[in-house]
Amino acid sequence: MSIKNSRMTATELIIARHANRDRVTPGEIVNVSVDLCMSNDATTLLTEKIMKERMKTNMVWDPSRVVIIVDHQVPADSIDTSIVQQGMGRFVDEQGIEKYHTSDGVCHQVMLEKYVTPGSLIMGADSHTCSYGSIGAVSSGVGSTDLAAIWASGETWLKVPETVRFILDGHLKPFVSAKDIALHLISLVRANGLTYKTMELSGPGLTPLTVPERFTICNMAVEAGAKSTMIIPDNAVIEFFKQLGRPFDNQALMAELKETENAPCSAEINVDLGALEPLIACPHYVDNVRPLSEIEGLKIDQAFLGSCTNGRIEDLREGAQLLKGKTVAPHMRFLVTPASVNVYKQALEENLISIFMDAGAVVNHPGCSTCWGAHQGILAPGQRMVTSGNRNFKGRAGSPESEIYLASPSVVVASAIKGALTHPKEVI
Amino acid sequence: MAEEIKTGVWKFGDDIDTDQIIATQYLVNPDIHDMSRYAMEIPKPNFASSVKTGDVIVGGKNFGCGSSREQAPLVLKTLGVTTILALSFARIFYRNCINLGIRPYEISTAEYDWMKDQSEVILHPEKSYIQVEDQVIPLKPFPPFVEKILSAGGLIAHVINQYNSQEK
Repeated sequence: MSIKNSRMTATELIIARHANRDRVTPGEIVNVSVDLCMSNDATTLLTEKIMKERMKTNMVWDPSRVVIIVDHQVPADSIDTSIVQQGMGRFVDEQGIEKYHTSDGVCHQVMLEKYVTPGSLIMGADSHTCSYGSIGAVSSGVGSTDLAAIWASGETWLKVPETVRFILDGHLKPFVSAKDIALHLISLVRANGLTYKTMELSGPGLTPLTVPERFTICNMAVEAGAKSTMIIPDNAVIEFFKQLGRPFDNQALMAELKETENAPCSAEINVDLGALEPLIACPHYVDNVRPLSEIEGLKIDQAFLGSCTNGRIEDLREGAQLLKGKTVAPHMRFLVTPASVNVYKQALEENLISIFMDAGAVVNHPGCSTCWGAHQGILAPGQRMVTSGNRNFKGRAGSPESEIYLASPSVVVASAIKGALTHPKEVI
Repeated sequence: MAEEIKTGVWKFGDDIDTDQIIATQYLVNPDIHDMSRYAMEIPKPNFASSVKTGDVIVGGKNFGCGSSREQAPLVLKTLGVTTILALSFARIFYRNCINLGIRPYEISTAEYDWMKDQSEVILHPEKSYIQVEDQVIPLKPFPPFVEKILSAGGLIAHVINQYNSQEK
């Protein structure tokens, strides 16, 4: 199958494939087939209700393409939550859905580990579904009505997004991480700067970034409003999948996507990674980004290391390295939640979990945990949390009078040790 | 039928996220009517108890940002809101509105400023304009594809209509 792609971006090429078209152009509305769709405990039962009661459709179009993941409240923390999860179990049995995970981790991490592949088109009833552009898939978050229509038909309509290409150059300084890149990009374009658009990352500064680091940046693109993200897959992606034990080696697709790297796009933004310093997104907006140096020393009551943004093994290693042999500040509630069971097991093997526990952390079972704010570390009025998660909206993790600060894993851990927002170099 | 409708205005600021529209802890509630009692609990505690069918919401920039939860527009619709005006909308929320048959209109900063919280405005039934005292805010038409979905009352009704017309 050969499609002339020299003038299309990678995102447009993948959408064209799924629309059965030679080419598509930004702004046009096309019908696409969906390779995989995903929902979680926050969205599955509403979707079932819409499909069955309103669409009068009893069965999903293809159970092998439907992924359902319990991750928001694991394990169930109330009777209502338990009823929801019980309903999900009934639904997957009835539909013959085998890609069902009740306690394996945050949906996006589980999708990365088990299902997503470059070149695919994936829709998920969760806003951070945009993460999979990190390995070269087109993926986007949808609501339950859209997902119900996908369950019923395997298709959906979408407006082909304009591509905004960020060209990364330079090398990160010590203690500056992918999270800081994400926060910097959001502060550049603001919370609605990429609405309806796709964020493509490229340039020499991207090459040394690992897939987990790229995932962190793509994950947060929705906080700038992005519909999807795209990084043209390179050797780092091949190596990543090899290590996962789920090899991907479609050289023909890789070559086709590579050819799109200079395709025209709606805007190009150059970013010098060498100029970045540790950043913090201050309450109550993700684009309220300030250099850590401006607010160092602010007292913190709770620190959270985890989430689909920053709960991978690399993040835990970064945190444990700083924490080894130290303890957290008095009265500090330090919560660590690995993003998946695989991450958890790896962290146990590397003795990272004992470092966290010896330092006074509470280690939670993998899931959305504190990042989603409905359980595990609810904040009291006046309390402040520094978190490696992705949202700092008012009341997101408890009282509307609490405050949430978003930061990199090493800033979270340094702040847990000192009881105040702290640069990681201060705890070495 | 061309009678104009007087309707109330609920005005909000920038970046009203879906957690503000309906907070996380209420999402497990299986009854949408019950859940909607908590709509806008943090930004406007009296909203859910006082909003009337047909009232319009006016938002600032990036209205509906954050989570993909369809419960956010759904609680608004359950409370009778079918028109939202904002300086801009977040993408997933915008699409969820269309799918549910809620009309999301983008307005200018001047138009935003004319709309006062808790005031009354006149909404033309065909929704081609809103009158605010002596100012008229024209409502921009949607692309034909989107208007078809909205006119049907949402995506599901639209798909059913299409299906029925193919049958004939």
